[in-house]
Amino acid sequence: MEKMKERIRTFFGYKDLFHELVSKDIKLKYRRSFLGYIWSILNPLLIMCIMVLVFSHMFRFDIANYPVYLIIGQTIFNFFSEATNKSMWAILGNASLLKKVYVPKYVFTLSTVTSSCVNMLFSLGAMLIVFIFCHVMITPWILFVPVILLQVYIFCLGMGMFLSATTVFFRDIQYIWSAVITAWMYVTPIFYPIQQLPVWLQRGIKHLNPLYSYIQQFRMIVLDGACPDPRLVLYGFVVALTMLVLGTWVFFKSQDKFILYI
Amino acid sequence: MDTDIAVKVDHATVRFNMATERIDNLKEYFVKLVQGKLMFQEFLALKDVSFEVKKGEAWGLVGTNGSGKSTMLKLISGILKPYKGTVTVNGSIAPLIELGAGFDGELTARENIYLNGAVLGYNHKFMEEHFDEIVDFAELRDFLDMPIKNYSSGMAARLGFAIATVVRPDILICDEVLAVGDYAFQQKCEKRMTDMRNAGTTLLYVSHNMDSVRNVCEKALWLDRGVIKDIGAVEIIAEEYLRFERE
Repeated sequence: MEKMKERIRTFFGYKDLFHELVSKDIKLKYRRSFLGYIWSILNPLLIMCIMVLVFSHMFRFDIANYPVYLIIGQTIFNFFSEATNKSMWAILGNASLLKKVYVPKYVFTLSTVTSSCVNMLFSLGAMLIVFIFCHVMITPWILFVPVILLQVYIFCLGMGMFLSATTVFFRDIQYIWSAVITAWMYVTPIFYPIQQLPVWLQRGIKHLNPLYSYIQQFRMIVLDGACPDPRLVLYGFVVALTMLVLGTWVFFKSQDKFILYI
Repeated sequence: MDTDIAVKVDHATVRFNMATERIDNLKEYFVKLVQGKLMFQEFLALKDVSFEVKKGEAWGLVGTNGSGKSTMLKLISGILKPYKGTVTVNGSIAPLIELGAGFDGELTARENIYLNGAVLGYNHKFMEEHFDEIVDFAELRDFLDMPIKNYSSGMAARLGFAIATVVRPDILICDEVLAVGDYAFQQKCEKRMTDMRNAGTTLLYVSHNMDSVRNVCEKALWLDRGVIKDIGAVEIIAEEYLRFERE
């Protein structure tokens, strides 16, 4: 417990570094490109348009407001995918720095996940455009969205800590993870309705896929204009916090050995 | 612990991973896998080293390449943890283990000053206050908004040194960083280090330039292949070391 308090105190000492690392990522993301930050909105819109075209005309699903349905799932899943992929390299990519100066190592993972979060916040602009275009009714429940995003952030942070620590020792994880993310994308009902799947699979997804819970909460707010199911919210928080505790524990246990393997 | 002592290294051993990548055949791969030597081969960079540095002293570390000098400095800075033994440090440390640690080539000098400052633990406001002082010491006012990847190595070294010495730390650790600068830069850095020493900062300095070591330090430590070969006044150690080198 004392160690945790000490860690939190150290973190406040390094909060400027955290701030600098996140702003560096954001500044460099679109530097020397013509359209710059417009891509944060344009990119998700383009992908959504492609998916709407493909799935409305090639496969027939009976989903009202398909673009809205799609972009919600896409935004959340992209955040998860980007945050985890970048955080795998958080420690290895900063190896040269870690070998020269003492810096608390978790700051790197924390800053990569946070900069992915900031990117996601920019892309909420694309989501807003789609909502307006599809005449979605905005109810007061929209104020619950930050709570959902918080759950996703905590979950991504836990997963990111776990991945950044394990990739140092087993570089193989990057290849395993790309397969895992692909499978995860198909197992999450982003572009198809969950009712299309056999019942046993539906039950499996509802119990084991936290991303389904987050996406479903968001959809309930926007498409149904209703309060999200409290069981989903509870499940979401429990899984996110468990992942955070697990990831952080693995990270702190192994961080003293990082220097030998980077 | 005695508050008079700035750094105390007590029977410290530092173990590294050689990570050799030579596997000639499949049999060797399995043998190494079973022995647990596939990803980790032990190498002891420092073996049972002990010494003490009192506050305000200026120590030089000399030795051939690969003797463990940089490892010793990293141990004291907290970058490496000792495999055996302890290291205790009393006071704030400014490590100059490589200039531009934390520099990101894509960012401009202005942005890098804040980033590098944050890496060393200085907050944004502090860097803002000392911004002009840093730029003037580094003589880079015309190049502030240029990405660092386009800088010459001397320019980057000047910037790195200026940022790292902007504050008066309790302990300054300087590792062979002056080799890349021109004569004027080396003089400037030596002067700053001597000023800091006179103001009471403890100094640990690694260099292959014996004149520089003699100018800046009063005591010296000679490391050879991870073990302390000798320890004492800088003149004596410098003599012995040069005699040894020439043989």
